[in-house]
Amino acid sequence: MEAEQMAKQNALRQERRSPAQSIAEVAPAKLDRLIHERLRLGILSALAANESLTFIELKKLLKTTDGNLSVHARKLEDAHYITCTKSFEGRLPKTEYRLTAAGRRALERYLDHMEALIQAMRER
Amino acid sequence: MGSVPARTKSHEPVALHAHAMDNLRFIRETMERAGSFTAVPGVGGMLMGISALGAALLAARQTKLERWLAVWLAEAIFAVLIGVVAAARKGRAVKAPLLSGPARKFALGLAPSIFVAALLTGVLYRAGLYAVIPGIWLLLYGTGILSAGAFSVPVVPVMGVCFVALGAIAVFCPLEWSHWFLATGFGGLHLVFGARIAARYGG
Repeated sequence: MEAEQMAKQNALRQERRSPAQSIAEVAPAKLDRLIHERLRLGILSALAANESLTFIELKKLLKTTDGNLSVHARKLEDAHYITCTKSFEGRLPKTEYRLTAAGRRALERYLDHMEALIQAMRER
Repeated sequence: MGSVPARTKSHEPVALHAHAMDNLRFIRETMERAGSFTAVPGVGGMLMGISALGAALLAARQTKLERWLAVWLAEAIFAVLIGVVAAARKGRAVKAPLLSGPARKFALGLAPSIFVAALLTGVLYRAGLYAVIPGIWLLLYGTGILSAGAFSVPVVPVMGVCFVALGAIAVFCPLEWSHWFLATGFGGLHLVFGARIAARYGG
């Protein structure tokens, strides 16, 4: 009986939660922290619009430094969100990045998540 | 410690919402900027070059000026169709619709020059100034590519400059030479730059 009452109270508490509270609670749970960082989000977005981009193109596009881009691209590579191919164009080394299927899915999930947050806010 | 003020509680989701909006804007803007690498179809440019070379061959055989003009006008319409289809195909490949930022900016940058070229063709034809028509086409197409290319990869405005340079010479040359200028411009330049764009920027 006590358990039933507690379940009812919980359900009531759940109902009383404002959408705002739900947003705040749901948001961090689903959020892909790896993509949430601005530069990494930029790398994935840029690669989503291109078949491939070189290190230099990404650096120019995202207005960042060599070190910063390397570190963040490496994290995405480790998560198998992007692939990195190193080659030579003449005598110059060329690093090319591509978005993997997992990376595209992750970006789509992130977009869905952001849209869900905005939608929930509108329904308040 | 007192309870957290109610205002703070209601403020937090607004910040989250704003943050989500900001993130979506950032993604869209990054994709649009990066999309400039892909909006111009290289393969489409090459096909336009091939069709222009065919048109130049056909136009060179015409004995009447009206027919010569008709061949090039038909080629212009065909080239626009090739460009639109190729841009749409390329956009689909990278999941960017034809009317997305980069493609729209490119089209809006190019359209005024094309419109002026069409208008001036009529005016110059009526005035009997046939010899300057090919040069004007090359000049205006180059100007359009140059301004539309401001939103695209560096190779696109370079192509525009080449068209303008060729047009600047063609406009002072006799009509008999026009086949060579038009073949070099709409055929050769499209082929060379199209191949470069296709190889460098994917399709």
